[in-house]
Amino acid sequence: MAFRIIVLAKQVPDTRNVKEDAMKSDGTVNRAALPAIYNPEDLNALEQALQIKDRMGDAEIIILTMGPPRAADIIRESMYRDADKGYLITDRRFAGADTLATSYVISKAVEKIGNYDLIISGRQAIDGDTAQVGPQTAEKLNIPQITYAEEVVSVEKGKIKIKRRLERGVEVIETALPALVTVHGSAAPCRPKNAKLFMKYKHAKTPTELQTLDDDYINQSVKNKLYLNIEELSVDDLDCEAEKIGLAGSPTKVKKIDSVVLQGKDAKIINDSDTEVKDLMKELITNHTLG
Amino acid sequence: MNNICVYCEIEDGIISDVSLELISKSVKLAKQLNCKVEAVVIGTELKNIEKQISPFGADIILTADDKRLYPYTTLPHSAVFEHILKENKPQIVMVGATSIGRDLAPRIASSLKCGLTADCTDLVIGDYQDQKTGKEYKDLLYQVRPAFGGNIIATIVNPETRPQMATVREGVMKKEMIDKNHKSEIVKVDATPILNNVNFAVKIIKRHIEARKINLGSAQIIVAGGFGVGSKEGFNLLNELAKVVGGEVGASRAAVDAGFAEHARQVGQTGVTVRPKLYIACGISGAIQHRAGMDGSAQIISINTDPEAPINSIADVAIIGDLHSVIPKMIKHYKEQSK
Repeated sequence: MAFRIIVLAKQVPDTRNVKEDAMKSDGTVNRAALPAIYNPEDLNALEQALQIKDRMGDAEIIILTMGPPRAADIIRESMYRDADKGYLITDRRFAGADTLATSYVISKAVEKIGNYDLIISGRQAIDGDTAQVGPQTAEKLNIPQITYAEEVVSVEKGKIKIKRRLERGVEVIETALPALVTVHGSAAPCRPKNAKLFMKYKHAKTPTELQTLDDDYINQSVKNKLYLNIEELSVDDLDCEAEKIGLAGSPTKVKKIDSVVLQGKDAKIINDSDTEVKDLMKELITNHTLG
Repeated sequence: MNNICVYCEIEDGIISDVSLELISKSVKLAKQLNCKVEAVVIGTELKNIEKQISPFGADIILTADDKRLYPYTTLPHSAVFEHILKENKPQIVMVGATSIGRDLAPRIASSLKCGLTADCTDLVIGDYQDQKTGKEYKDLLYQVRPAFGGNIIATIVNPETRPQMATVREGVMKKEMIDKNHKSEIVKVDATPILNNVNFAVKIIKRHIEARKINLGSAQIIVAGGFGVGSKEGFNLLNELAKVVGGEVGASRAAVDAGFAEHARQVGQTGVTVRPKLYIACGISGAIQHRAGMDGSAQIISINTDPEAPINSIADVAIIGDLHSVIPKMIKHYKEQSK
């Protein structure tokens, strides 16, 4: 049986370049104004999965994501890079979930997919930067976790060897499979989309997308080609307990959100002339800031 | 009142700064809550470890000493820490937001089914009313953290579940020794029965941890470069200025992402938080995520060609000009006048 890798990936708003026009007048962020992208460290994770597939040959990569219907985009993006299959967990009842409620749902989906050897995901997502969902999912599944991975060194005989990138060094560790690995941004960047795979998978759709599109040709293709089916998973498909999902299943509550206010100072503006720089250095020495 | 519990990280027999910073913060919060501070150390050869911790004011130090508990691995440490939390039932748990803390804390929070807030920049005690139910909660821990790439600041509470768990990055809280001779109560936790049921599936094959070469946290003067520095070579100029004035070189995320400087030099929300006597920002525009890590600096000088750069709004002195010509002038005039 093929070595089964589940990649946990997330579609996120690109928070790295929030321009003025993405801020609402009340100081909050207008998510809709930000482009939705593949979470950067999840792409690093996908690359590690693809490298395992390259080495083993007989490996299957399944993308698992949770989000609104449009998050199917990142499943297709993964397929263009050689992922085999995708599941989208989507249901309005999941909304408002914190990391605990999210990891519960993901673990239910992983159990439903079943027969996995390895789960791999980015260390953290750039919209929240919590790095919690990976370890929490591993705990729920009762499997070991390896965080901050930089490279999958080897996978053999039911064991995985991983190089971890820590603050002040590296660690190589080994664990029995199945395990969950979270990948650090210092890992190899993901390979580009492949043109042939793009042609193969461009019509991969979720049932919701097929319904909205209502295109006979695409409908027929998806019906005929099993690999074009992106499966959707709902609360009922996953048999989730209502009190463990969404807002109700989230122990953390947001008390308030503030915009970031700059404590404006009146900077003394000087130019780059020799005299001005000289005076500045003199002042810094005199008042013992320097020296 | 239930206590506040701090997980103490240990490397080569030294308790890490972030843990001592969290103890200092806990001591203040414990006064408000009228409870005690427990410090938990899990590792091996922990004899006399209390000497490093007591001066910071922990009331109780719990140690779990076993060869199998060092270096850190997830499952044994989770098992021991979780056992202690279940026994002692603290109301608040603090863990450093390091590669260890961010590995351990979520695993524990998932198991205890409690709330966890990552990378808090402030922790405050306050009341809370649930908008829907109207129910009031007294003395909760407000967990303040930036979110959304640092563009917003969220205040998080855990009204119903205990403990309230938070991780905090190094340098965010202040380490404050209260009394060199302060004595803590020492409690030894027997790890053996706990570890008997633990999965030791994860094995460390090789470990290479370097002594800290770059220590931005304790630097009094930081010369930091941004994308405007332009190249890795451009940082040589910053190195020179830092060397001359006895400072350390920092970098913005943009400069680190571009490969101009190593990650250990990154100042900001996803890097180190610093508050030096003098911060010289060279070619740094001043994205929120960067300012969050340095706006506590006593004095800020910015060097930027753009007079409108956001960094100038928090600077004491803004030099409008090209850093490549300004820095050599600074070096020259410093050398001349400091003789």
